[in-house]
Amino acid sequence: MAEVSIRDVRKAFGTTQILHGVSVEVADGEFAVLVGPSGCGKSTLLRMIAGLENVGRGEIAIGGRVVNNVAPKERDIAMVLQNYALYPHMTVRDNMAFSLTLANAPKAVQEQKVSRAAEILGLGSLLDRYPRQLSGGQRQRVAMGRAIVRDPQVFLFDEPLSNLDAKLRVQMRGEIKDLHQRLRTTTIYVTHDQIEAMTMADKIVVMQGGRVEQIGAPLDLYDRPANLFVAGFIGSPSMNFLKGTVQNGAFRFGDMMLPLPPGPGGSDGMAVTYGVRPEHWRLDDAGVASIVRLVEPTGSETQVVAEIGGQRVICAFRERVSARPGETLHISPDVMHTHLFDPSSGMRMA
Amino acid sequence: MSGAETISWTPVRKAPSPLARLFDSKPFLIAICLLPAFGLLAVFLTYPLGLGIYLSFTDTKLGRPGVWVGLENFQYLLEDRVFLNAVWFTVFYTAVATVLKFALGLWLALLLNENLPIKSLIRAVILLPWITPTVLSAIAFWWIYDPQFSIVSYVLVDKLHILSSYIDFLGTPWHARWSLIVANVWRGIPFVAISLLAGLQTISPSLYEAAMLDGASSWQRFRKVTVPLLMPILAVVLTFSVLFTFADFQLVYAITRGGPINSTHLMATLAFQRGIPGAALGEGAAIAVSMIPFLILATLFSYFAIGQRKWQQGGSDE
Ligand SMILES: Nc1ncnc2c1ncn2[C@@H]1O[C@H](COP(=O)(O)OP(=O)(O)OP(=O)(O)O)[C@@H](O)[C@H]1O
Ligand SMILES: [Mg+2]
Repeated sequence: MAEVSIRDVRKAFGTTQILHGVSVEVADGEFAVLVGPSGCGKSTLLRMIAGLENVGRGEIAIGGRVVNNVAPKERDIAMVLQNYALYPHMTVRDNMAFSLTLANAPKAVQEQKVSRAAEILGLGSLLDRYPRQLSGGQRQRVAMGRAIVRDPQVFLFDEPLSNLDAKLRVQMRGEIKDLHQRLRTTTIYVTHDQIEAMTMADKIVVMQGGRVEQIGAPLDLYDRPANLFVAGFIGSPSMNFLKGTVQNGAFRFGDMMLPLPPGPGGSDGMAVTYGVRPEHWRLDDAGVASIVRLVEPTGSETQVVAEIGGQRVICAFRERVSARPGETLHISPDVMHTHLFDPSSGMRMA
Repeated sequence: MSGAETISWTPVRKAPSPLARLFDSKPFLIAICLLPAFGLLAVFLTYPLGLGIYLSFTDTKLGRPGVWVGLENFQYLLEDRVFLNAVWFTVFYTAVATVLKFALGLWLALLLNENLPIKSLIRAVILLPWITPTVLSAIAFWWIYDPQFSIVSYVLVDKLHILSSYIDFLGTPWHARWSLIVANVWRGIPFVAISLLAGLQTISPSLYEAAMLDGASSWQRFRKVTVPLLMPILAVVLTFSVLFTFADFQLVYAITRGGPINSTHLMATLAFQRGIPGAALGEGAAIAVSMIPFLILATLFSYFAIGQRKWQQGGSDE
């Protein structure tokens, strides 16, 4: 059991700075997800924790021990690589037992650990196959089996589901989460898919451009995003942003007014960005007038793309909407769930 | 709807011409596509090979058609010390040269697979021995091995003062044998190194990372990941290398012509020596034919060595 501390870690490849001082604390037994757009440095950070990449500056500690100069095999971590990297010339059994053979574990111990992992992952009937004879999902499970067999202090996953089709991805998502609940091993999981992050994480670390934008529990990030980037990145479809000014204790854009969220609202005349999630619009005859552009019923809800004062918003209504494109719909935001950002710094105001 | 009458039209397909039908027939296509290859093989391979085998059972001399003598040529060869010596030296030459070529070639390939700064330059240099015509490089070696003008002797004796007298590289049997092996290794390394390098580059770096995470030392990564994954290509390259070395002719003939006192004859050079300058076509053919079993053996070895690897075959689950 171990906690992982990442303290002000920096990394440059040649002259390009990739990580600009990242600090994250992952508690023992926690499932932490690093999420961010492609190229933001998630894999680099994870590979540094694994020891596949040198730590430029800063410190990484696993279970209280600083591991900057510790070889990967001595860090007591197991990593599932994005392409699984199964040894093609070994059977599933040998793939899973490889680390144990290298450690000279007795045959009986190997057998026992492999069959336990195979049982957890439902791989029992596939032990004598070669990786080529497996489907994508099965390969993914073998890669996890290889990690489980080692009983590591920390599991590291680098986008393990990105090679799978949508349906299998949802299934494996559940299996990984279930596995974590059973083993309770500290896990750091990298993905660029915010839905994966939301559904699996105890703690989400949102990264962008080599910096941490926000760390928190999934719903905290959803309810109180710290800045415009997190607000736009978490949630699907993403939050609507309206640009305008504060006027007389309300948000004004064009000739329309919307109520400000509770909290410090900013002074009169200040430029602000007003954020409303699609599901926090409701139909309201007293609301602002919007022109419907597109109606997309999904069955459980109706998504409407509309225009208010020349700015485009997406609304998701629980009720069915019969409006047609070009018609006017009166809507208003749920004030308790609106957000206010400072457009110059991007930071949350309320 | 307008009341315009609809024109009835059914697509008409013209009956294909007999020629088109002929080209549509699979057996005909197979036959016609195989014909050039068969023709070439028949003219340039089967015919000379058949003729050679036939000649080996006759006592044909240059300029005089022979008569069928059965196994007489072979019986004679079995008691011929020069022939037996050539067989022995061919096996020795092939074995030692192949081992050296593979050891050095693999080492070079591993080196080139690392991120060296001047990698492409080294790669180009390594290819040089291979693109030089064999006879040219043989002449170069002739100079290197010259009793009076050898650069090796010059450096060792006149510059470094390690030896006191010049080496007679080609004058004594063992010196000559090792000199030929060195020349053959020099010439054969590029093929091995470049082929193995190609094989190494098909191994995904993430496998090494996975092995590193699994706790493998660099020697274990080489033994448990690199070697098994390189095996398929290694077997193919090994077979080719053995075949080429076993059937080598040019280097030996150009450097020593089999001498001194017939000590460096390979089967191929001896066959030529007896058949053409010696005019005993039947006997020369018999020597050449005795190479066939060795070559078949080498091919079979690689065939089975390649066939053994089950993990390469995908999809089939029994
Ligand atoms: N070996 C390297 N040399 C130079 N630059 C690199 C190297 N590895 C990664 N980078 C750069 O570092 C940045 C971060 O890469 P990284 O692989 O960590 O991104 P990521 O967040 O994992 O993205 P993705 O979601 O696409 O996997 C990228 O801009 C990439 O081009
Ligand atoms: Mg990545």
